[in-house]
Amino acid sequence: MNTTLRIRRFNPEQKSPAPFFQEYELELAPSDSVLDGLIKIRETLDDSLALRCSCRGAICGSCGMRINGHAALACKTKILSATQEGSTIQVEPMNNMPVIKDLITDMAPFWDKIRQIQPWLQPAAPPPTAEHLAPAETMSHLSGVMSCIMCGVCVSDCTVLEVDSTFVGPAALAKAYRFVADPRDAATTQRLQVLNQPSGMWDCTRCMECIQVCPKGVGPMDRIMALREQGMNESVPSTCGSRHAEVFADLIEDKGILDEPMLAIRTFGFQNWRRLLGLIPVAIQSFRHQRIPPSGPFHRAVPGIDQIKRLFTRMRKQP
Amino acid sequence: MKYAFFPGCVSKGACPELYQSVMQVYPQIGIELEEMTTASCTGAGVLQEKNRRLGDVLNARTFALAEQQNLPIMTICSTCQGVMSQANYRMTTDKQYLSEINQLLGEEGLQYRGTTSIRHFVWILLEDVGEEQLKRYIKRPLTGLRAAPFYGCYLQRPTEALEFDDHPDRPKALERVIEILGAEVVDFPGKSRCCGFPILTINEPNSLTMVATHTTDAKAHGADIMVTPCPLCHLNLDGMQAKAANQHNTSIDLPILHLPQLLGLAMNMDPTSLGLNRNLVDTEPVLQKLTSVLSS
Repeated sequence: MNTTLRIRRFNPEQKSPAPFFQEYELELAPSDSVLDGLIKIRETLDDSLALRCSCRGAICGSCGMRINGHAALACKTKILSATQEGSTIQVEPMNNMPVIKDLITDMAPFWDKIRQIQPWLQPAAPPPTAEHLAPAETMSHLSGVMSCIMCGVCVSDCTVLEVDSTFVGPAALAKAYRFVADPRDAATTQRLQVLNQPSGMWDCTRCMECIQVCPKGVGPMDRIMALREQGMNESVPSTCGSRHAEVFADLIEDKGILDEPMLAIRTFGFQNWRRLLGLIPVAIQSFRHQRIPPSGPFHRAVPGIDQIKRLFTRMRKQP
Repeated sequence: MKYAFFPGCVSKGACPELYQSVMQVYPQIGIELEEMTTASCTGAGVLQEKNRRLGDVLNARTFALAEQQNLPIMTICSTCQGVMSQANYRMTTDKQYLSEINQLLGEEGLQYRGTTSIRHFVWILLEDVGEEQLKRYIKRPLTGLRAAPFYGCYLQRPTEALEFDDHPDRPKALERVIEILGAEVVDFPGKSRCCGFPILTINEPNSLTMVATHTTDAKAHGADIMVTPCPLCHLNLDGMQAKAANQHNTSIDLPILHLPQLLGLAMNMDPTSLGLNRNLVDTEPVLQKLTSVLSS
């Protein structure tokens, strides 16, 4: 099928190295991958096109790039799924990392963040002379997260990294979970205390971009939520994030629905009196715009709250 | 067309103008609502941080209540929709899991059979009311109004739980409705990104940067207004817009409308009855633009 690839080009060695788009028209089979198309361009149309690739089988994680606005592996994205006959596929380098040339990004910041979470086993006892064995049933839940191929696709589309480069990011947090949940690791509490700091596990917005784009089903955001749950269970020092979740649960158990003013007041607490005071203008503004519901600022419990309370109690008794 | 109406906590709390505008428009578009007064909060993804299974139990209770009413659920919040869709997806694709949840519900005399359909208002407008019928309700097409869509993450991802494969119009449903109402869609990259609300208490600077980025970007693309089907996005994009502008030393002043407010305007309803006076960013410029287009 006739296909046009619109590729974002960038060459830092040019006199005025501003990025620009260049279109290439070529014949491709619907079952070809976007990577097949890029290689064909390089081999037959323009040998100056720079891209990174290796295995062509979604194993090495080298060919991460943005295809039609979302990060993906070019080798795993079929032409058929990316476009219809005669329309254009837009290809750009991954986001949230520096571009070296054309579709090649600098992965150094990615690896810095992975190293930051100490991605190695830290057992209590000295390492055994042979393999460090663990029963299969204690490790099988980690098989999903261990499928990560470090392609950087989740980092590219992370909405927090877009506004804050200090955020440790979805790939590193998923890797952190892989060790926090490893029964052989003895540094769980220390790891969670580090992840509990600003720019750590509580800075994720739960936007699910990383879950949607991950080519290996790792589900980084789900791992971040599991880290948060374990952090609360391990009683690492509370943060606005953990208090928000704890108070939220308390309020639903108490009233069935959310009580927003109470959630804000209890989440900040008196230790954050400055932020509590910051709520006063919000309250005044809401009052001036008649945004107070007819039932008043604080919700009453819903009918049927006793049943909801019993479900909470029953869940607490579950192992 | 009758639905079990799940208004969500925010439309009954911090965004009362959303509930107000839905109440105004729904009787005029051929649908009936029976409000689920005993349903609990979905957990909004926050309760799920603490205990996902508990969140699923509460949502299964809501789905079981809808089964008793023999009605599909209508939501008016992207977050409620997404959280319930995800819970439903987990239970309907894993019978063992559903059975475990039902054991807990069983002690309350409830059972979820896995048959409840959960649909956001924007999907209902397209899929149930239908484009042709919807056009008949439009008394004042919003010609000349440039509207930027803002979906809310939970109405865009994950696509399996939202059944995008079975409903190919859902990914761009909001844009389609804006077009049907006669307004011009302003496409911009941030339309399916995060509004920043979930981290407002945790990292306010990052949250406000997201607000400033999306609203200024939409304006730069020529938007007169932004419209959202998510009250949580509205709380941040509207409620925190002035603070975001202040943080970034700029002015924004982009009115943010709830979807039912926009629909009501196209149905020539009184703006005050739709709660437009309750929005924090002044909506008067929108009304002036519509008036000037009508008179020209």
